[in-house]
Amino acid sequence: MRRRTLLTGIGSTALLATPHIARAQWPGVTADEIRIGHTIPYSGPASAYGVIGHAHTAFFKMLNEQGGVAGRKVNFISLDDGYLPPKTVEQVRRLVEQDQVSFLFSPLGTANNTAIQKYMNQKKIPQLFVATGADKWGDPEHFPWTIGWQPSYRTEAQIYAKYMRKEKPNAKLAVLYQNDDFGKDYLIGLKDALGADYAKFIAKEVSYEITDATIDSQAVTLQASGADVLVTAATPKFAAQMIRKVADMEWKPMHFLSNVSASVGSVIKPAGVEKAKDIITSAYIKDSTDPTWANDPGIKKWRAWMDKYMPGADQTDGGYLAAYGLDQTMVQLFKQCGKDLSRENIMHQAGNLQPHECDVLLPGIQPNTNPKNFHPIRQMQLSKWDGGSWKLFGDIIEGTGA
Amino acid sequence: MQFFTSRAFPWLFLAAAVVLPLLFASDYRLFQLTMVVVYSIAVLGLNLLTGYNGQVSLGNGAFYAIGAYTTAILMDKLGLPYWATLPFSAVICAGVGFLIGLPALRLGGMYLALTTFALAVATPQLLKYKAFENYTGGVQGVVLDKPDAPFGLPLSQDQWLYLFCLAVGALLFALAMNLVRGRIGRAMRAIRDQPLAAEAMGIDIAMFKTRTFALSAMFTGVAGSLGAITIQFVAPDAFGVPLSLTFFVGMVVGGGASIGGAVMGALFIQFIPNIADEISKAAPGAVYGLLLIAFMFLLPGGLASLIRILSGKKRTA
Repeated sequence: MRRRTLLTGIGSTALLATPHIARAQWPGVTADEIRIGHTIPYSGPASAYGVIGHAHTAFFKMLNEQGGVAGRKVNFISLDDGYLPPKTVEQVRRLVEQDQVSFLFSPLGTANNTAIQKYMNQKKIPQLFVATGADKWGDPEHFPWTIGWQPSYRTEAQIYAKYMRKEKPNAKLAVLYQNDDFGKDYLIGLKDALGADYAKFIAKEVSYEITDATIDSQAVTLQASGADVLVTAATPKFAAQMIRKVADMEWKPMHFLSNVSASVGSVIKPAGVEKAKDIITSAYIKDSTDPTWANDPGIKKWRAWMDKYMPGADQTDGGYLAAYGLDQTMVQLFKQCGKDLSRENIMHQAGNLQPHECDVLLPGIQPNTNPKNFHPIRQMQLSKWDGGSWKLFGDIIEGTGA
Repeated sequence: MQFFTSRAFPWLFLAAAVVLPLLFASDYRLFQLTMVVVYSIAVLGLNLLTGYNGQVSLGNGAFYAIGAYTTAILMDKLGLPYWATLPFSAVICAGVGFLIGLPALRLGGMYLALTTFALAVATPQLLKYKAFENYTGGVQGVVLDKPDAPFGLPLSQDQWLYLFCLAVGALLFALAMNLVRGRIGRAMRAIRDQPLAAEAMGIDIAMFKTRTFALSAMFTGVAGSLGAITIQFVAPDAFGVPLSLTFFVGMVVGGGASIGGAVMGALFIQFIPNIADEISKAAPGAVYGLLLIAFMFLLPGGLASLIRILSGKKRTA
């Protein structure tokens, strides 16, 4: 009777596993705890992101030690999805239907969040501050229960266009973009910021496939267009090729580089530190390895937290900074919610976030939202490669919004 | 313990699989059990090819992907109801499987494993390919609607989907059982164990091998279709190498050349990763690996051998 027993076992575990909720006030909230769900790859090819999950867990531990949220402890349930969308669906259903969480906090991955977006919105459960750079998370009209956090690729492109327009009103613009959603978000962003003038500015836009061996011919085409501004919306390998080729052709445009490719180790050094001189990218989080921030109070506070709650962790890993910033936005949200922890109020407040400082974000960048704009971070600062390191310059620039 | 090998057992098992979850399982558990049904069809598909016919495939995830995308595209672009997409995906996958079976004839053992592995590696990138993007949705994938129970049956969406998948699964399992018990099954095993002797006895090896490939692809493709309907989403990165390896793990853990083993293998690949995640957040992969080694050490013949041991019956497969 083994197999039968097994199935019955599964059935009855399901009954037993359903939490007995004493005096539930709102879904996922009892008199002494609030349950928050989370998914991230702890295993599999993308398990490097797992540090973000560990950081969130440590942060909520600290929050609980400081008294929790509105007199309640946070029960943060973080599950492994291996970066596989089908697994995300399963884990999120477990979080919602079995653990009965109040909401989801920062599930990671574009495809993973796409897989659960419809479900979350049908169930009217907040899917807060998703950890992906795609632009589509700020769509309150169609998905009022989903909201992003980090600046999208589209916002980044808007910022480049704004700066270009101010510095070079008669610029001739060339764009190299990766032919997928990532690259196309940049084109959309440029068009947002330049509006009807886009046709006047643009000299040439050329795409490449991620399967291409080189982008040499694209670089030649772009240079031949006579452009004096270049936007490279590329992933690291192609970004490095482009930097090298542009320098070898002795083309000296104002060169904007997508910030996913701003890595010194995997892009700038392979391309050549001298060849990359004067390239501009953008940033929104403080770089923990940058000596500029060595005595910064925010970074010091973050380091103190890391030392106490994540001893031994690698403090050069940017994941810990991003996680800490997200958690501070969450704290702001709890502050705004006050005593009302209903899902409706949580989502209402997420759509009306007051501008707030996060210790790890660049000074002046304050996440905020309104019911029509679900992009909490729309500001970035430009940064220029001086041949030895990235140097922030100029003011904080705001994208044009959703 | 002759019970497990009796003729009546599959029927009793099916009856229990229909009734018990509907009575006791929550919608979330039903969803998991639906995935067990889906995986068991996929593992069975691989088992026919590798376990019974001896052709090692590390790329059956590709057929699963083709099935899933066939269903997704037919539902999303052509508005076909979910059930009507299954025949299409069965035919398409069988066709692709047959074609891949042709070069596989010249390759054996490790070389075939490597070739099919290449298939698994290539699949996500092909699904992202620009020329197909209008259909496949590129990296973003395709989101699907979940079917309601028909004829106003008083069942939740999850209950209905579970029963639907179970019905398709039961049909395919019955088909596989009949195949392997008869002349064809004997021929498949003969080719696996003694190809020369098989050929000398007049078995057309090329025909059997390519058709087994087609059959395996068809099973796996239908599983992919059901998986897409259950998950309500397809995206290229869900169909990479790990998926193919997962099926392989399911087959080996369940027991090669065993029909019932497919169900147990599916239970393993569905539930053991969750248990590993419960045990350790720091290294779920390591825990999973240890559990896998423990299973292989204690039950080298797979979970199916447990039943053979219990019923005191000699291995016949």
